[in-house]
Amino acid sequence: MIEGAWINGLLGGVVIGCAGAVLLLLNGRVAGISGILAQLLPPWGMADQGRSLGPAVAFLVGLGLAPIALAQTGYAVSVSITDNVAVLIVGGLLVGFGTRLGSGCTSGHGVCGLSRGSVRSLVAVGTFMAVAAVTTAVVRLTTGAVQ
Amino acid sequence: MNRQVLIAGLSGLLFGIGLAVSEMVNPARVLGFLDLLGDWDPTLAFVMAGALGPMALAWLVARRRGDRTLTGGKIHRPMAKHIDVSLVAGAVLFGVGWGFVGLCPGPAVASLGIAGSPAWIFFAALVAGMALHRLLPRLG
Repeated sequence: MIEGAWINGLLGGVVIGCAGAVLLLLNGRVAGISGILAQLLPPWGMADQGRSLGPAVAFLVGLGLAPIALAQTGYAVSVSITDNVAVLIVGGLLVGFGTRLGSGCTSGHGVCGLSRGSVRSLVAVGTFMAVAAVTTAVVRLTTGAVQ
Repeated sequence: MNRQVLIAGLSGLLFGIGLAVSEMVNPARVLGFLDLLGDWDPTLAFVMAGALGPMALAWLVARRRGDRTLTGGKIHRPMAKHIDVSLVAGAVLFGVGWGFVGLCPGPAVASLGIAGSPAWIFFAALVAGMALHRLLPRLG
């Protein structure tokens, strides 16, 4: 672990929590990224008749622009991601399908659900954390590395 | 531009800054937390702890205000209560994909502008997975 990474983690976490608090207390919405992303898929307004897509688009644009904007100010984050196309595709399909089937991801169940004291979210977070840890262990034991 | 759009954009920007500052936008760091057999990196736990504080406070404020926003609008509180097969099965599938790549939906979007084509390939597959779920409505 890089020295001081935990303090950046804690600070970044507080900023993420504030982002969720802003969306909840001003727009009345839960900051679950998989749910916000799914709003952009047709048929539109399926679960929530007449709901405008504007806020969802704006949220995702802000989310995508933030690291680029930070990099412009000299705060560039290094990103190390696998370049194995098959792993990226299978992983993406599982994350997309799984977060819809399970009604949430690390933000919706993790940040917003746990802070609300939701038992459903606690079960979901415990399950996906444990399964992800087992998956990385299997990957490490079969290939010798996790990435 | 209406106020809801502006606030959502600001919230997304803040969320992305948080993911960048905490380095959760970097899959290597997330995998460092999930990989208990390697050189364990506890950063993700600090991120969760940091995020839960302001968010718990926000839910407290929401409850005290009778689930009304600061401007008087409705707060849409998730209503589902039951632990069902969909919840657990979905979390299992998500966990496998997350453990493979180290990206969940938030960082998947936040990394698009800084991680090149692998991030776009993952994102396209993620959206396809969501679309697939929508095409199979009986699965919940």
